[in-house]
Amino acid sequence: MVGVMITAVIVAVLPLFLILGSLVVKGASSLSLAFFTNTPVPVGEDGGGVRHAIVGTLLIVGMASLVGVPLGIAAGIYTTEFRGTRLATITRFVADVLNGTPSIVVGVFAWTVVVLTQGHFSALAGSAALAVLMLPMVMRTTEELLNLVPITLREAALALGYSRWRTSLTIVLRTALPGIVTGVLLSVARIAGETAPLLFTALGSQFLSYNVDRPMAALPLMVYTYATGPFEEWHRLAWSAALVLIIVVLVLSVIARVVTRQRFGRNV
Amino acid sequence: MSDDATVHLRTEQLSAMYGKFSAIKNVTLQFPVNKVHALIGPSGCGKSTFLRTLNRLHEMTPGAWITGTVELDGQDVYAPAVSPIQLRRRVGMVFQKPTPFPTMSIFDNVAAGLRIHRKLPRTELAEIVERSLQRAALWDEVKDRLKTSAIGLSGGQQQRLCLARTIAPEPEVILLDEPTASLDPQGTQRIEELMHELKTDFTIVIVTHNMQQAARVSDTTSFFYLGDMVEHGPTKTMFTRPKDPQTEAYITGRFG
Repeated sequence: MVGVMITAVIVAVLPLFLILGSLVVKGASSLSLAFFTNTPVPVGEDGGGVRHAIVGTLLIVGMASLVGVPLGIAAGIYTTEFRGTRLATITRFVADVLNGTPSIVVGVFAWTVVVLTQGHFSALAGSAALAVLMLPMVMRTTEELLNLVPITLREAALALGYSRWRTSLTIVLRTALPGIVTGVLLSVARIAGETAPLLFTALGSQFLSYNVDRPMAALPLMVYTYATGPFEEWHRLAWSAALVLIIVVLVLSVIARVVTRQRFGRNV
Repeated sequence: MSDDATVHLRTEQLSAMYGKFSAIKNVTLQFPVNKVHALIGPSGCGKSTFLRTLNRLHEMTPGAWITGTVELDGQDVYAPAVSPIQLRRRVGMVFQKPTPFPTMSIFDNVAAGLRIHRKLPRTELAEIVERSLQRAALWDEVKDRLKTSAIGLSGGQQQRLCLARTIAPEPEVILLDEPTASLDPQGTQRIEELMHELKTDFTIVIVTHNMQQAARVSDTTSFFYLGDMVEHGPTKTMFTRPKDPQTEAYITGRFG
């Protein structure tokens, strides 16, 4: 029985190591300082980089987080505080449905609402799609972590003369905050790797751009374009970009773990 | 039972409901000032619910409501003009499990109740915190680590910290809901000793499962059974010559 379980564990983690391994083998060779600081060069020339895609991912994900994180946390507080009310139940149901919606559908939605209305592709449209993906994740995480705070703590604050809102914000939310930060970081990591919602919103670009009202490059889009392109150099760049992307996601996840551990480590 | 002038807190025909279920029925009780009152009875008899009606914590449970009245110094605490927040400043409470605020330091825990009501100068705040910790017999153990997290304290220390936090804003009544249920014998003894000292300043109502504890610490005792207040009287009389056969059966350990 133990043998079966160990086999299962190995099978479960094997893909991660295979992916990491092949990314390192095929991508690490093209990694250099120039890779991070340069923008693409015409096919045939040497030394193209992905600076434009890194900047694009930071901008697009950053804007999405600016909207998705506060809204998600606020919604999570609402559904916890007003548990059992009709609006809270509906909100939770909608969030669950949205959580299960394929990301390409969210992309099509952003395309209809933002791109068609504006008449052109833009980084903003990509951020809108990612924010929609992020919102239910942050909301449900917030809600679950707030519910983990013992009710006795809430009652202790009320018994001390705290108002209901003060209790929610300074005691309950504050107590759950490290966990919520972890959840937020994980959802940022998750949307940073999304490709489908950006395909017909941010579209991608070969140039470094800070104009969020225009099409913009992003790491996952770049990987998609370069990996499916016809040139050998592009394939190499795609491998390296994929390696960078997975490192960014891994680093975010590790930070999330460290934040949690520090918090609880100090408490024990 | 007691002279009206010294009655601090009283209930009149008080019933507490969760939806359609009555957790306590028509309880009329009087709590004279500067005495310790014990509420005893088997689990589920409604004594904790009764305690929670006194600081209006009962109504925070969805579907909970009451009939009858609770009076503090002659004022109906359920009157529309009374804010539960102001009431809870006058009627403090300590719970079964220690409930220090985990994100706050020891100092901030004690200061928590003071900070919400008014802004005090730093020195005055520090004085009140020190005095409260001393009255809770915790000062000597924590004076060198006031800035550290309250979670680092032992269970007994945490409970005394909660006591310090409760008395810091100078309430008139202290409600104790099985305050020693999660403590070891030493921690229990310290809390019991404290009750004797604190009753000079506060009216204390304690819910307890432990009949020896009720006998040791309280001046009057009320026995609750299935939501009814069966018998009430001076602790000595209750434990030596109970009037009601149910009370007798409970305190002699035949049920509960």
